[in-house]
Formats: sequence, structure tokens, C-alpha cells
Amino acid sequence: MVKKVVGNIYIYFILFLMYLPILFLMVFSFTDAPITGMWNGFTLRLYRDVFLHSKIMPALLNTLLIASVSALVATLLGTVGAIGVFYMRKKPKQIMETVNEIPVVNADVVIAISLALLFKITVDSMASLGITLTGNNFFTLLIGHIVLTISFVYLNVKPKLQQMDPNDYEAALDLGAKPMYALRKVVIPSIMPGIISGFLLAFTLSLDDFIITSFLRDKSFDTLSTYVQGVIVKSTIPAELRALTTYIFVITSLIVVVNGRKKKSKAQERANKRVILRKGVM
Amino acid sequence: MQIRSTRRYLSIPYIVFMVVFVLLPLLLIGIYAFSDRSMMPSLGPATNFFGSSSRYQVLFVSLIFGLLNTVVSLLIAYPLAYFLADRKVNKNIVLVMLFIMPMWINFVLRTWALRDVLNYVGLGGGDYPEFATLIGLVYNYLPFMIMPLYTTMLRLDKSQIEASQDLGAGPIRTFRKIILPMTMPGVVSAATMVFMPTMTSYVISDILGEGKVTLFGKYIEIYFTQNQWHDGSFLALIMLVLIFASVLVSRGFAKKSQKGELNVW
Repeated sequence: MVKKVVGNIYIYFILFLMYLPILFLMVFSFTDAPITGMWNGFTLRLYRDVFLHSKIMPALLNTLLIASVSALVATLLGTVGAIGVFYMRKKPKQIMETVNEIPVVNADVVIAISLALLFKITVDSMASLGITLTGNNFFTLLIGHIVLTISFVYLNVKPKLQQMDPNDYEAALDLGAKPMYALRKVVIPSIMPGIISGFLLAFTLSLDDFIITSFLRDKSFDTLSTYVQGVIVKSTIPAELRALTTYIFVITSLIVVVNGRKKKSKAQERANKRVILRKGVM
Repeated sequence: MQIRSTRRYLSIPYIVFMVVFVLLPLLLIGIYAFSDRSMMPSLGPATNFFGSSSRYQVLFVSLIFGLLNTVVSLLIAYPLAYFLADRKVNKNIVLVMLFIMPMWINFVLRTWALRDVLNYVGLGGGDYPEFATLIGLVYNYLPFMIMPLYTTMLRLDKSQIEASQDLGAGPIRTFRKIILPMTMPGVVSAATMVFMPTMTSYVISDILGEGKVTLFGKYIEIYFTQNQWHDGSFLALIMLVLIFASVLVSRGFAKKSQKGELNVW
């Protein structure tokens, strides 16, 4: 009985501390004082103004743009890659599995500087051939985000391939289906859940990234992370960001609650845990 | 048979991508770490790093912050995970999810929120940069600590605890001899998940340390903005070695402590 009381007090106390900063912003999102912590009378102005803000909105749209494009490409490349690797011989397969682990355990800042180095060398050597390339652009940023996320698509698709009945594909071929047709009609549908969860993980990882973006972006291209970091370090933070945080909090809560109700497979859980691991490496 | 084996060629775009954008960049890091501006082999970056005390002091400071963050998070998360997993205390799975949820909110926004709270209560980074940074680190990494501990606690063998109590062991002895050894794998994987990222991330210390706390990853960024590719590469290489070592340690531990399925996290 004592244990139950003490345990619950402890749980809810820590929970309160963890949510305190976000709750703090949420409370002060209903007032338009420039500094968080000052009360300037109740207003919903910030909830409208955030959509009109000349910096926040483009940053938000850029974040969504790079997240969706990179997740799409990573899903395509990673899924097709996982299928191909699945049918490789044992030795090269093992090598590829190891290579796939590298971006998972590597630190963001190492991924970022190694790619920046690659792009710098490319630009330099092209210049010596008389070809002028621009430095960082959307493409370099895209590559960075794909490197960050592609391994997780692979890790999500792989268990589905292992669960698949290999006879299905063989049967389709025996019945006269062309390999590509059989792949499209038999393999892809049975690994679809893995593809979808891979895409979603890639998307959320990209949304949260700061370091890779700051190394590989064109300086005029701000995502939410780089924009907020920039204003925090240099100047006062627009009050509208408090409303934005509240919006994000509410949307995330809804997604987590809806998602939490669905039952997940063991393999999917494991892949999700890997993402939690990845998100630790910020 | 010919046709069937062609499926493996689907992996070509993926392999090309991984070779060009994962392996090649790391190889370049290795080359740049041991060469000078004219691309001749050189130990310049290495001597720059080890020769200047301020540079490897950063490594030392980062180790301390990594250690402090790991220990403080562990002290908070261990009892928390224990209570969450104990059905006598908590039966609600939603409560567990609430502890991971902050992770899905953009972490720069979260860190900014924390900074405002700390400033509000007078514990901001302006006056207490180290303290604010540590709070920020713990705040950010606590969920990563809680989850692996929680999953190991769920698998605790209750009958062994009861046996120990029946045989007359006090709570402290039961904890030391039974609970702690059984949860050790969770502690190790939680610790490795928190320790390395603390050293390599620099965003939290940037925002909360008000520029007074510099962690290892920050130096890579500084070298990058100054176009010092060789020194930057050497730091990245050191980081890679540390990451590789910590992966080996945690995997080795996971293998030893768990027969059968490997619990990597």
C-alpha cells in the first residue's frame, strides 16, 4: 500500500516535470507578451498570426517538404534495396547488413561533416575541370536526409520479407507471371505494412533533424529546427512560436494516442525501438 | 533459375547509394584526418588536437557531461521504470507512453521551452550555464533511459524476489543480489544510449549553456564553419572510434547476458 502511494507520487511528479516546459509555453500561448512568462491579457491572436508569420510558415513548409521528399526517396530506394539484398548470397548479404547499420549507430554530426566533405571535394574537383557547381543546395540536403533515414526503411522492410512465404513468389512464376509482375503483385503487397511504417519513421526522423540540415542546407533554406535555433541564439523569439508548439503538441498527442491503440507486431516494435535509439543520437 | 536469381540485382541502386554516400564519405574523413592542406600525408591534425590543451579539454569536459547525464538520468529513471513496470503500482500502459511522447515534438522547440522555464524560475543558462545544460541533457535523454529499463523490469522474475524475501533477505539485500543483477542488461543499454549522444550532440549545450559550455560535437561544427576540413575530420574520426567502441561494449554485454534473442537496445 505504501509502495503504491510512493510509486504513484514519484511517477506523477517526474511526469509533471517532463511536461512542465511544454505546459509553460502552452499557457503563455494565450497571451501575446513578447517574453514567455509575462501575461498580457488573454488572446487567441497568436494562433492566427502564426499562419501569417513571414519566417515561421516558410520554415514549417520547408520542413514538411524535405521530410516528405526524402522519406519518399528513402522508402523507394530502401525497399527495393531490401528486396535485392534479401535474395543475395550469404556473404555479400552480411556485408550489406553491416553497412546498413553504420548510419544507425553513427553520430549525426559525423554523418553531416563526412557528407559536407564529399560535396566540397566534388565542387573543388569540378571547378578544376572548369565546371562551376553551386555549394549546398536542396539536393545535398536531400542526400543527407536520405542517409539519415534509409537504414530504417530497410530495417522495417526486412522482417516482412522474412515472414513472407517464399512459395507465393515461386508459384506466381510457375503460373507464368513475369518476375517484375510477380514482384509487384505478390512481394510488394505482402511487405506493404513494413514499407508504410518505414516511410513514417523516415518522415519523423527527418522532421526532427537539426545537425545534418545545418551542415548541408543552402543558407537561405530554413527548416523549423534551424530557424528556431537561429532565433534563440541571435535574437528574441517570436511569440507566435508558442502557438505553433501548442499545435504540434496537440497533433502529436492525437497521433500517439491513435497509433497506440493499434496492435504492433514484434518486428515492428523492434524497428521502432531502433528509431528511439537513433533519435538519441541527435 | 536464371530469371529467379536476377532479383538480387534490385539491390544495385541501394548498394551504389550506400557506397557513395555512406562508405566513401567516411573514407574521406579517414584520409583528411591524416593529411595536410596540400593533401600530403601528415600528422598535423593529430598534433593539433593533442598538442593544444584547450582542444582535448573539450573531450574531457564532454566525458564529464556524458557521465553526469548518464548517472543523473539513471538515478531518476531506474526507480521510475521499476514503479511503472510493477503491476501493484501501475497498470496503465498509457502512462508509459506519456513518458516517451515528448520525444516526438521537435527537440529544438522542446529545448527552447525548457530554457524559458529555467529563465523564469531564475536558473537560466546566463547565470548557471553548466547546471542548465545538465538539466537540458537529462530532460532530453530521460525517455531513452526509461524505455530500455522499463522493458527489462517487465521481464523481472518475481518468484526470485519473493524467494529472496522468504529466505529472510532485507529489501536492500534483495535489491543488491537479485533485482540489480537481473536488470543490469537494461542499465548497460540505457547508459550507452545516453552516454555517446551526450558527447556528440551540441544543440542542447548551445541553447542552454548560453555559449559557455562547449561539447565535443560543437568543435566539429566550429571547424566546419571555419573550413578547417583536416582538423574537423580528425575529430570526426575520434568520435567514430568512440562510437564503434561503445557499440562493441553494449553488444558484447547484450550477448553475454542474454541467451537466445539479442536485445540490442
